[in-house]
Amino acid sequence: MQTVTLKVSYAPFVRSSDSIEKVMYNVAIALAPATVLSIYFFGWRALVLTILSVVSCIGFEWAVDKIRGREQTAALDGSAFVTGLLLALNVPSSLPYWMLIIGAFVAIVISKHLFGGLGYNIFNPALVARVFLLISFPVAMTNWPVPFGVDMETAASPLGVLKTDGVAAIQDISLWHMSFGQIGGSIGETSAIALVLGALWLLFNRYITLTIPLSFILTTFGFTGIFYLLDPLHYASPIFHVLTGGLLLGAFFMATDMVTSPIALRGQLLFGFGCGLLTAIIRLWGGYPEGVSFAILIMNALVPLIDSWDLSDKKQKAKEEAK
Amino acid sequence: MKTFKIGGIHPPENKLTEGNSIEVLPIPSELAIPLLQHLGKPAKPVVKAGQRVKKGELIGEADGFISANVHATTSGTIKAIKSHPHPGGQYAPTVFLESDGQDEWLDGCNTEPQDWQSFSKEDILNRIKAAGVVGMGGAGFPTNVKLAPPKDKVIDTVILNGAECEPFLTSDHRLMVEEPEGIIEGLKIITSLFSTPVKAYVGVEANKKDAIEALAKYASSYNFEVVQLETKYPQGAEKQLINSITGRKIQEGELPFDKGCIVNNVGTAFAVYEAVCKNKPLIERVVTVSGIEIQAKKNLKVIIGTMFSDIISACGNIPGTVNQVISGGPMMGKAQYSFEASIIKTSSGILFINNEGLDTSRERTCIRCGKCVEACPQELQPWLFTNLAQRREFDELPAYGLFNCTECGSCTYVCPSKREIVHWIKYSKAIVNNRKKRKSA
Ligand code: SF4
Ligand code: SF4
Repeated sequence: MQTVTLKVSYAPFVRSSDSIEKVMYNVAIALAPATVLSIYFFGWRALVLTILSVVSCIGFEWAVDKIRGREQTAALDGSAFVTGLLLALNVPSSLPYWMLIIGAFVAIVISKHLFGGLGYNIFNPALVARVFLLISFPVAMTNWPVPFGVDMETAASPLGVLKTDGVAAIQDISLWHMSFGQIGGSIGETSAIALVLGALWLLFNRYITLTIPLSFILTTFGFTGIFYLLDPLHYASPIFHVLTGGLLLGAFFMATDMVTSPIALRGQLLFGFGCGLLTAIIRLWGGYPEGVSFAILIMNALVPLIDSWDLSDKKQKAKEEAK
Repeated sequence: MKTFKIGGIHPPENKLTEGNSIEVLPIPSELAIPLLQHLGKPAKPVVKAGQRVKKGELIGEADGFISANVHATTSGTIKAIKSHPHPGGQYAPTVFLESDGQDEWLDGCNTEPQDWQSFSKEDILNRIKAAGVVGMGGAGFPTNVKLAPPKDKVIDTVILNGAECEPFLTSDHRLMVEEPEGIIEGLKIITSLFSTPVKAYVGVEANKKDAIEALAKYASSYNFEVVQLETKYPQGAEKQLINSITGRKIQEGELPFDKGCIVNNVGTAFAVYEAVCKNKPLIERVVTVSGIEIQAKKNLKVIIGTMFSDIISACGNIPGTVNQVISGGPMMGKAQYSFEASIIKTSSGILFINNEGLDTSRERTCIRCGKCVEACPQELQPWLFTNLAQRREFDELPAYGLFNCTECGSCTYVCPSKREIVHWIKYSKAIVNNRKKRKSA
């Protein structure tokens, strides 16, 4: 009989075609509409920033993997790509290039690899970088170029206007502009329509579930809605809160980051609720006009706690069943 | 259509041999019949080298309560009794039998079908025991033991398992299509053993329409129900099957009879029928020979002890692209290290596959996607088991239901990080059990 070398491995011998790459690049695909539209609004500088952010994140990932003696292919597993993309979408299109590169460094080297790399990081790397930049370079990070503006003409974002000038000042921003995205803001956050389109792609392909985004958005909507109903002259409408700032980008693409959100359904509900509540509180009474990044990062920190709460319950159940 | 409520996956079905009628493999010249083909202790050999035996003659005697008889599967001469590669992965004591080509039955074996209605319950159980019938779906639990649950358990449901949810495998499917009468006769015999009124079911996945039809023909002559089950893995796992059909849930540490259920594979029911009515020991079974890579895909009726190498020569040589031979299905089977291993009572299939594309050697970090939790039919946290085991915190695992894991592999199938979750679970179970043993010693 012919000789065949037999390989012995463990069952199961069939595996689904899912992979880290597939998960990550699908998130990138889902972010494509928002990215393309932002380039349309904010011009070539948005495009350069996006490419620069992605390339530097992949570069840092490659370098760290080399230093840590890890597989070099990890740089192309899509996670650095997505972090780079999200970072770019979270900064104004006028941000100096060197600042963005610092952001990429903070995201990949500090927020991801100092915690152990993909799967071990507690905080969403892109958000850590964004908050780092916001605190270090507050002016550059809140200078919002206006859509179709010439020569980097800037203005405050709708949420900024609300914070400084009150409700009256935002009355004439049209619902259509807020939905389509023709307002000031970070590169990728302005178009609600494009973001929802991308989110539908992820939902349809089951890369994310509605649990976190829905509980997040509904909580912000409900909380800001209560105050709007009580005093519409002082508080903006909940629709305004949902459509402006980074709420949709955060709720669909960053709070849903698998690595930094709870695994179980109950934990996810609590996580989304916490994100929504903190966002609303910061927006209504905080020092910053926008609170999505802070809210998600604070909730990220609580994930181990939420998970262990969920698991202690499972442990209890297993114990009872064993009896 | 019925199904279990929690978890489950749907891998490509690949039932490549579902339309192939059962063929009989010619008797090979030499057989290696393991004395361990069941759960429990290996059988004690009762023959010596040089001795002549007839087909159906006892060669290994059940050693204790949980053990089973083993019989000569053709007539010939015993050559040796020695340790030999076993399809389960280890070496096991094995009886070598050289065929004399006569295939001559022992007197009184394999008779014309007799009417079993006149037999006493005890007689029936004794015949099943004598014939060495064990669960043919996988675990190989001695059937006479299973059919005699403790007196205080009230049995109200008897289920035959024809789900065959493993991809590729079609041996149960073909048996249901070709031998429905024997299977249903076996079901009748099994239900007759319980003094309480029982409801009888045969559960079959919806992708086996012809099997459902073949069985349903007998539903009018005898009161049982053919339940069409959603094609979903692991539909054929005992706990999931019971949940699908009765809605009951077997908790950790419970056995089916604790919830009033007895589950047997359809192949086992057929063996029960042959043992009781024809006095025929369990010496052959249907085996699916399949795999994307090979030309000759078949459902073969093979006598126990046939070595894999004989099946391969009967099916034509295997192409060089094959690098794994699996005994059983692709979800729960065992990769073989030797072509000398043989077909045993629980061998449902042999698969020839190429797993270059699988890339199982590179386990990556858990990205906490939760897919494994979603897939687990036992409501467990597979990712947590793996992460704890890799940190060597084995003693933590039982508290999260480690021993409630049925090792179905659904979690491992879906994991995008290609983590070897079931492997870590099996490893942890072994370590925890060893520590327990050492402590009590
Ligand atoms: S192998 Fe165990 S942990 Fe994994 S899905 Fe099956 S029952 Fe759940
Ligand atoms: S499927 Fe794999 S990567 Fe996802 S949570 Fe489970 S173990 Fe982790």
